[in-house]
Amino acid sequence: MIEVNDVTKYYGNFPAIMDINFRVEPGEIVGFLGPNGAGKSTTMKVITGFLPPTSGAASVAGYDVVNESLEARRHIGYLPETVPLYTEMTVREYLDYMGRLRGMTSERVRARIDDVIAICRLEDYYSTIIGKLSKGFRQRLGIAQAILHEPDVLVLDEPTIGIDPIQVVETRQLIKDLGGDHTLIVSTHILPEVSQLCERVIVINEGQIVATDEPENLAKRLLGRERVDLQVKGPQQEVLVALESVEGVEDVRRFNIERGVIPQYRVESESGVEIRAALAQKVIESGWELHRLEAVTMSLEEIFLKLTTEDEE
Amino acid sequence: MNTINIALKESKLYFATPAAYIVGAMFLALTGVFFVFDITAPFAEASVRGIVNWASFFIIFLAPLLTMKLLAEEQKLGTLELLLTSPVRDWEVVIGKYIASLLILLAILAVTFYYVLLLYAFGEPDTGPVLSGYLGLALYGAAALGIGMLGSSISSNQIVSAVVGIAILLMLSYVHLIGGIVTGLASAILNGMSMNQHIEDFSRGVIDTSSVVFFLSLAAVFLFLTIRSLETRRWR
Repeated sequence: MIEVNDVTKYYGNFPAIMDINFRVEPGEIVGFLGPNGAGKSTTMKVITGFLPPTSGAASVAGYDVVNESLEARRHIGYLPETVPLYTEMTVREYLDYMGRLRGMTSERVRARIDDVIAICRLEDYYSTIIGKLSKGFRQRLGIAQAILHEPDVLVLDEPTIGIDPIQVVETRQLIKDLGGDHTLIVSTHILPEVSQLCERVIVINEGQIVATDEPENLAKRLLGRERVDLQVKGPQQEVLVALESVEGVEDVRRFNIERGVIPQYRVESESGVEIRAALAQKVIESGWELHRLEAVTMSLEEIFLKLTTEDEE
Repeated sequence: MNTINIALKESKLYFATPAAYIVGAMFLALTGVFFVFDITAPFAEASVRGIVNWASFFIIFLAPLLTMKLLAEEQKLGTLELLLTSPVRDWEVVIGKYIASLLILLAILAVTFYYVLLLYAFGEPDTGPVLSGYLGLALYGAAALGIGMLGSSISSNQIVSAVVGIAILLMLSYVHLIGGIVTGLASAILNGMSMNQHIEDFSRGVIDTSSVVFFLSLAAVFLFLTIRSLETRRWR
């Protein structure tokens, strides 16, 4: 479990994060989403006890990260943004060293090294010098060291940054598999990652939390309206007028206008009002061809833009 | 336990990577050359004075070159973040690494012992000054490594780290030169601060408790500063 209460962190006079509050329940996977420089890494560093907050408090597994730092650190597995590896050591030596630093006995270290090597599929690289590993394998090794001591809480800072697409997919699956056993907080600026991995999203921008919700709810809440996309073959002006006349419809607009493509319309209505049946009926009654009709949710990209640009308007 | 683990890992890395061999070889080559000059000079005496003088001079460069990567590289690779978010105390990190560097320095100094064997083979040196001279070198090295550690902690750039260490060491070794041009209390203080003045006694066969304490406290003070320097990331 992670608890963050009113945490503020200044670098000099610059506030990197301001009054951050959130909880992550045991076994939960939470995404920490924000553009570069939003304060994601700073928050991670506070949780892991690397940087003490300027004010406020954070605790991990019930231990305060400042006052009971050592105990808190025992319960954390941490993958910093730049994967911290000793490039001159072999995979085995590195994991062995990490295990010992976390107070594991030799037997336990040995057993766990075999486990994490299997989990992270590094079997072929047991005695490879880390400096020779590719970026993707380094990332996996970073995750391997984070889960080595079976921590309750895993903090992963941008775990899929800078690796190739296939490895990204594998790494995401790995992270997903880790959820359930661990309390997980994953920071990222990649939106699809959040909807794939996380049960809950915390959106942060310019050092402040701007939203916390499930990925789908976030979309609904933000939009405040239902959206339906239609593709209708028929005289455009008449279609527009007809669609507008359906009860509950607030706005109709053509979009993706292209020559040779059946015209597409986006209809917006008040949230909670179901208009799809009425729309379909209207089109059919008018004798036009209905090619497509679907409710659309806002993509995370849109949510993100909306959340992070709102203030500037 | 953590201290031992860290010391073990760092010592292994010293042996597994070329850097320590290279600076060690340079040190041995330079002290060797000056040893030859000393014993082939007219009226050369069979004593370790020359060895101690030259070795202590070259330790000014050797020690910071040995310690420069210990903390600087951790900062650069980001592994410091990993180390300091592991259940390890800051002082355990610093002391563990310091012990490793001390072991390597002593190993390198041990190799210079063959100069002494040559002295015994071709002359009759007094054993007392030989032993006290080497004790002095070990203490001088211990203090120098402490200073090197501070250099390594303040920058993620190894060159900067080494230069800072060397600069502090040069100052502390030759501060008695300024002591020679002022008078009274100032002179006494500056002479007392000089690492070179303190090692003089050892090479003459005198083990002065105050000199032993001087070197040990120098090491302790700089290691303490190193630990604080690591902690400054907390209010940076």
